[in-house]
Amino acid sequence: MAITIQVSNLQQGYGKTIVLKNINLTVHNGEILGLIGPSGAGKTTLVSTIMGMLTPQKGTVTVLGQRMPNRKLLAKIGYMAQTDALYSTLTARENLNFFGSMQGIASDKLKTQIPYAANIVNLVPDLDKYVKDYSGGMKRRLSLAIALVSDPELLILDEPTVGIDPELRQQIWTELHNIADEGKTILLTTHVMEDAEQSDQLMMIRNGAAIAQGTPDQLVKDYQVKTVEEVFLKAGRMQDENNRND
Amino acid sequence: MRIIAMIKRVLREMVRDKRTLALMFLAPLFILTLMYFLFQSNTTQTASLGVRGVDTTLVNAVKNKHIKIHHISNQASAETNIRNHNYAGFISQSGDKLTLTLQNADQSKSAILKQSLQAAQIKLRTQAAATAIKSQQRALKAQQQIIQKLQTSLAMASRGARSSRSQAAPKSTALPNKSRATLAKQSVKPVNYSATTHYLYGSSDSTFFDTLLPIMIGFVVFFFVFLISGIALLRERTTGTLNRLLATPVKRGEIISGYLAGYGIFALIQTLLIVVFSIYAFKIQILGSVWNMFLINILLAIVALTMGLFISTFASSEFQMVQFIPVVVIPQIFFSGIIPISQMAGWLQPVAKIMPLYYGATAMSNVIEKGSNFTDIFGDVIALLIFFALFLVLNLVSMRRYRQV
Repeated sequence: MAITIQVSNLQQGYGKTIVLKNINLTVHNGEILGLIGPSGAGKTTLVSTIMGMLTPQKGTVTVLGQRMPNRKLLAKIGYMAQTDALYSTLTARENLNFFGSMQGIASDKLKTQIPYAANIVNLVPDLDKYVKDYSGGMKRRLSLAIALVSDPELLILDEPTVGIDPELRQQIWTELHNIADEGKTILLTTHVMEDAEQSDQLMMIRNGAAIAQGTPDQLVKDYQVKTVEEVFLKAGRMQDENNRND
Repeated sequence: MRIIAMIKRVLREMVRDKRTLALMFLAPLFILTLMYFLFQSNTTQTASLGVRGVDTTLVNAVKNKHIKIHHISNQASAETNIRNHNYAGFISQSGDKLTLTLQNADQSKSAILKQSLQAAQIKLRTQAAATAIKSQQRALKAQQQIIQKLQTSLAMASRGARSSRSQAAPKSTALPNKSRATLAKQSVKPVNYSATTHYLYGSSDSTFFDTLLPIMIGFVVFFFVFLISGIALLRERTTGTLNRLLATPVKRGEIISGYLAGYGIFALIQTLLIVVFSIYAFKIQILGSVWNMFLINILLAIVALTMGLFISTFASSEFQMVQFIPVVVIPQIFFSGIIPISQMAGWLQPVAKIMPLYYGATAMSNVIEKGSNFTDIFGDVIALLIFFALFLVLNLVSMRRYRQV
């Protein structure tokens, strides 16, 4: 299997404050990687670094065989930000159209891609409504549709399931698994354990360090607990103990 | 392709925001119309002057259409009279000493009074001089008559003595006559001046509004483009759309170009509206080319745009953006030519050179009032282009904060 994301010995921060240290990560084609951790752990910073919005302080990041940062490679990455970055005076279709052309998709391809992406998130009937009239959950779904509209090789989703009802969450997950089965790679951050359990691979981040890594089943077995949530709690306690001993 | 999508989006957002649209297109016309009426009157200000015990000749000389004279007979002090009656000034005389007390709450009224008093004094002095000259003239005439009589009697005497040379005599008598005539002309002429004024630019109907309008045309475009584009980019920053935009392979230059072109279109429409309105509603005379006016306004608009985009980097909300107006925009009005730069303190004058509006307003005034052509305003055009280039680079650099490639 080809490697989509390769992060080695990454240290990242803003100025003198170090947010991430010693991060090593490998994601293969067709895998779904879940980044879990409490807020402020450094998940978004890691995502930004993988996308090349930030240059690593130390270490390297390689995406689809290319060193990041790399502006042109962004065309192959579909991104959903943590906050809904949408133009509220435009309709959903206009938003999809705009971000689609920014992503570099030809307008005739967009005509088929927009209904496809909107269908995944159940927004087809509301495509021509203004975004300012959307509910919070609808905005979240539109953000996801924008990430999907370019049919990217790598999907990076920052907290994709916040504000989405369980039924739709189930539907979105089915679709994400379909996308992964086509050989596309998905990286998502979450602090919802149900999402974590759906992922192929998990990486737990706490206080800027990776505290546990592996498949959900493997982790549950290794930590001798029953759920992923307990793995996370146990790994956190172990991190605190190590810090105290240092 | 991406730039076109950017422009389309900017236009669409703008067209749907009816209030901002109205602000951009109607507010300048409203401001200009208000100014038109405010600065229409030339100088109809009158100052009231209290007068006590002043020679009537002087009072009559002081009298003009800008001064309303009140004769005072009470013995209260000048200060009391000014306070009680709200006079602009009070004048009293003791012997040949005049005392002028000014309220000085309105300096322009004080200036009217001082000027009128000075003018009156000069008038009286010339009148006195004229009477002196007239009496001198009379004395001179009497003297000349005596000389003439003497000369004729002298000629008659010499004729009698030497009749062979009598032909030459009348010539010598004619000479003093001629010199007397020129003498009289010279002494009368200075008393009655009549002045005709010619105007190189404008006419006798020119008001302060005519000076103000070219500056204001540049200013309103600068101000509204600065504010609206700055807030638009600020909104992109705060809502996260700028960050999201930079997560696509778009170049930073493409974002700025999209903004420039999108808002540039609105600035162009705004300029067109203002120019047409000025020509038809205010009947202003544009001596230079209208195309040069458009050029200057477009340059001002792109400078305002790049400046607004850059300044918005330092604001974290719309409210903070508005706080930049007194710091960034208001000083530019002061240095735009409303107050002549040459009248400023020496150390203050170079400050004008770092104000984009100074170049824009100067060029605009020259085109409208003096009919300057492109070569005349070339220097100002270059200055504006330098400002544009500077802010463009600053914008490209500041966007690195969001994406380092």
